[in-house]
Amino acid sequence: MAVLVDTETRLVVQGLTGSEGRFHGLRNRSHGTNVVAGVTPGKGGQDVEGIPVFDTVAAAVSEVGANTAMVFVPAPFATDAMYEAIDAGIETVICITEGVPAHEMLRIHAFIQGHGVRLIGPNCPGVLSPGKANVGIIPAEIFREGSVGLVSRSGTLTYQIGHELTQLGLGNSTIVGIGGDPIVGSSFLEILALFEADPQTEQVVMVGEIGGDEEEKAAAFIEGEMTKPVVAYIAGFTAPPGKTMGHAGAIISGSAGTAQAKKDALEARGIRVGTTPTETAQLVAEIARG
Amino acid sequence: MPSGGDRLARALDLHEYQGKELFRRHGIPVSDGLLATSPAEARAAAESIGCPVVVKAQVLIGGRGKAGGIKRAGSTDEAEARASEILGMDIRGHTVTKVWIERASDIAREYYLSLTFDRSAKKPLFMFTTQGGVDIEEVAATSPAALVKLHVDPLEGCHPWHARRLVYQGGVSDASEQKQIAAIAVKLYDAFVCSDAMLCEINPLIVTPEGEVRALDSKFTVDDNALFRHADVAEMRDVAGSDPLEVLAREKGVTYVKLDGEVGVLGNGAGLTMSSVDVVTFVGGRPANFCDLGGGGDAQGVVDALEVITRDAQVRSIFFNIFGGITRCDEVARGILQAVGQMGLEQQIVVRLDGTNAEEGRRILGEAALPNLHAETTMLDGARRAVELAA
Repeated sequence: MAVLVDTETRLVVQGLTGSEGRFHGLRNRSHGTNVVAGVTPGKGGQDVEGIPVFDTVAAAVSEVGANTAMVFVPAPFATDAMYEAIDAGIETVICITEGVPAHEMLRIHAFIQGHGVRLIGPNCPGVLSPGKANVGIIPAEIFREGSVGLVSRSGTLTYQIGHELTQLGLGNSTIVGIGGDPIVGSSFLEILALFEADPQTEQVVMVGEIGGDEEEKAAAFIEGEMTKPVVAYIAGFTAPPGKTMGHAGAIISGSAGTAQAKKDALEARGIRVGTTPTETAQLVAEIARG
Repeated sequence: MPSGGDRLARALDLHEYQGKELFRRHGIPVSDGLLATSPAEARAAAESIGCPVVVKAQVLIGGRGKAGGIKRAGSTDEAEARASEILGMDIRGHTVTKVWIERASDIAREYYLSLTFDRSAKKPLFMFTTQGGVDIEEVAATSPAALVKLHVDPLEGCHPWHARRLVYQGGVSDASEQKQIAAIAVKLYDAFVCSDAMLCEINPLIVTPEGEVRALDSKFTVDDNALFRHADVAEMRDVAGSDPLEVLAREKGVTYVKLDGEVGVLGNGAGLTMSSVDVVTFVGGRPANFCDLGGGGDAQGVVDALEVITRDAQVRSIFFNIFGGITRCDEVARGILQAVGQMGLEQQIVVRLDGTNAEEGRRILGEAALPNLHAETTMLDGARRAVELAA
């Protein structure tokens, strides 16, 4: 089982012929991911080490049955690539690209509601289901297969916590990097719902950080809708208050957005929050031992 | 961790005069004004605009008025005198290098109008109240009913009814005011979307005794990620008004935020770096900075980052926390040795490497056997060691 990517995944890499797209596309394939196509406009008919390249995502879907897309194109063109994949009927779109304008994400987020498509990212490390499929830039070798679901707004911090879990003999069902931007395609609670429904996943680690109120929303969801235990970690306790973005910011979010506010919201609903990545992994291990 | 204590909302804050320039381009009425960087320029500006004028400090921090950074001047002599008082003034850590000289306005009423990027609702949000000119958070807390909040569907955009709802629900009764404010709201939405803004705030939005509605102040914040298509706005970045270390870091492509302690912290990726800063604090140390190498982190990137961190004389030890993904630990190790060699660094450096090519990286550092270089195998131990060495 696992969530989002698995042995059923048929991946098309948008931007496969670029240096990053090629490197990670091939790396994903060597992990066992079924990479069926690449898309680069104007390079249709070529191949990258045996992976056929098409001019359009629609062709990748009709010719080789792609059902999942990884977007590796530069930021100014990334939302165009996402819309193209959605229009072609791709079920899961994972955008690794960093630097996508926030207003474009507002519009695409509104657009996908009701489309039945799952968008992950942008500015994310991707999704890894150890032993099944890896879509993105997560170094698969530091994770092992197991029953802990991991969802995170961060990249390298996810690796850190995954590494600590591995050291304690624990493995993962799926690691989902949802991305660090203000507006991302899928938020914590959507991924938590997938883990709740996934038979392989027995418990979940949620790695949050300062800013926004997605952790607070997730806290309410965990308490109300989830039967599986969730352990959280929040980064940014010592972040300076910094300059505020005018006065409007604090009023609208309904939360201070600080690490402490998030920790308090989670703990108020009985969710344990690790103080360090190490302690977080230890809390997971305690639950796994029962 | 930049703006708003949130690494996620990397944004460019504009000065009042820059925001007003964008307002003007979108047809939002503002007062005539000129920028001055010296008392003589302020005098010339006052002369050309016509007195009375208001001399306004241009700093990227709130509370200018209370700090004495906004003064009225009835004559050119007075404008020069007020400018010489305000220029060079320190307002909450920001030195005033520019003043905006603006035609003085008579004010009958003060309203508030803003558009914000509401990341929780994932929609732009209008806020309007006739209780403007004061701290809007206070209005929200004390008389929430007076604050009209209205979301706009980002795909549908702003329609005239949005603007009508704001003025009617806000309780504006004068027909001419209603019309003017509604027009300003629609134009503000244009400015917000066309500029890829995260915030456009007018406080106060004034009504003159003659019934004319005008933006008397501006807070304008633009998404960094969209600056590639707004070259004119990107040029507005106030380099001189920023922390010099942060400017150097920006030039070098390193994300750096200065903190107050002695332990320099360097990581790869914002989340891991934030977590490293937290862990240093947790084990009893005081972090000197947040420094994120970013995704790549080649040897030169490490050299650049160390150059930035060690410019801070307070730094006594440095905690390198690297979890290689795209970043290769052997490259990081080479960068550390190169930096120590080139700059003759004497600070104690604690290095924790894991992930891609970590063994090779550790071997490179081990063979160099430098007296001020210490290897640790876990994040927690690395932080502890760096804190001990800073003591």
